[in-house]
Amino acid sequence: MSSERTHRDGESWAKPVERLEVAGVQPGSSGINVAGRRPTSPVQGFGRMWQKTYRVRLLGADVSPEQVIAVWKRDFPSFWPKNNRFFAPLAGIQPGEVAVLDLGMPGGMKLSTGVLVMYADDESFTLMTPQGHMFAGWITFSAYEDGGVTVAQAHVLMRASDPIYEMGMTFGGHKQEDRHWEHTLQSLAQAFGVDGHVVSEMVCVDRSRQWANAGNVWHNSGIRSGIHMATAPARFAAKPFRRG
Amino acid sequence: MTEATVSMDVRTPDESVSVIDIEGEITAACEPILMDAYGRASGDRTRCVILNFTGLEYMNSSGIGLLVTLLVRANRNRQRLMAYGLTDHYRQIFELTRLDEAIGIHNDEAGALAAAA
Repeated sequence: MSSERTHRDGESWAKPVERLEVAGVQPGSSGINVAGRRPTSPVQGFGRMWQKTYRVRLLGADVSPEQVIAVWKRDFPSFWPKNNRFFAPLAGIQPGEVAVLDLGMPGGMKLSTGVLVMYADDESFTLMTPQGHMFAGWITFSAYEDGGVTVAQAHVLMRASDPIYEMGMTFGGHKQEDRHWEHTLQSLAQAFGVDGHVVSEMVCVDRSRQWANAGNVWHNSGIRSGIHMATAPARFAAKPFRRG
Repeated sequence: MTEATVSMDVRTPDESVSVIDIEGEITAACEPILMDAYGRASGDRTRCVILNFTGLEYMNSSGIGLLVTLLVRANRNRQRLMAYGLTDHYRQIFELTRLDEAIGIHNDEAGALAAAA
């Protein structure tokens, strides 16, 4: 292995963090449910473990995998479906940075959560979810060459974080997530002038549920976002009486 | 996809313990090699599978994902998964990804074997 690769490997991973810190609340984001939360892997999740892969072939685009990843990192929020907002870290998608998300939910609800950039190099980057997110796990975005064509891919390894999310994923949540990443990949392909067809694969890696982690529901960002929205008028009314 | 640049040998120091010696890089491309090695390491009486990372040269986030999948298979077979030979850098990655909460990390093979006993 070249020393260059060893060096790159060291720079590509985030340093271990006990709890997430948010550099500042960006205008338009609620910024709740992220600071102080621990990052989670599928090991800390509750529900069945799924491996989902979404791919689009950039047929006809003269673009390298590195160029795809550079554009994907730079314009990441612009590829998302509307009603979902990704407030990118000021430093961009770099290892150790934290982004804030506001996700549109059915009924006009907004779910506020975030992600930690766990890994980033020239060919891929990985986002890791915090406690309270819909799922515990990570998503790797990568690009590679296959038969002379550059392929862009999103790969999700996840368990629903708690029993409520598990029920939600079973009754429509998985489909909503599929639509989210299919839209993202189609938008990315369009950025390179390609009307791409997204191929999805979904594999249940582990059918068992981890009941020891059912208590994760305490951090459920959906419930906490709902309470935050419901109590907004009271916070607004109390504002003149606050000190400082 | 890039080609796998890894080799994995399997040893069985004890009928209930197997060691997988990893030499090279752990990326998405090495999935069939890792799962084949696990298949060879996992017998009817195997209660613990130890991953020897002394020869690990590089691992990316897809490689960490493979270890999660391997952990699921080991749990399903009621086996413990352990590791040794990780550099400080890769120990930090296990800590970051919180895999160290599910995979026992040891300094050397003797320590891992003692914990497996």
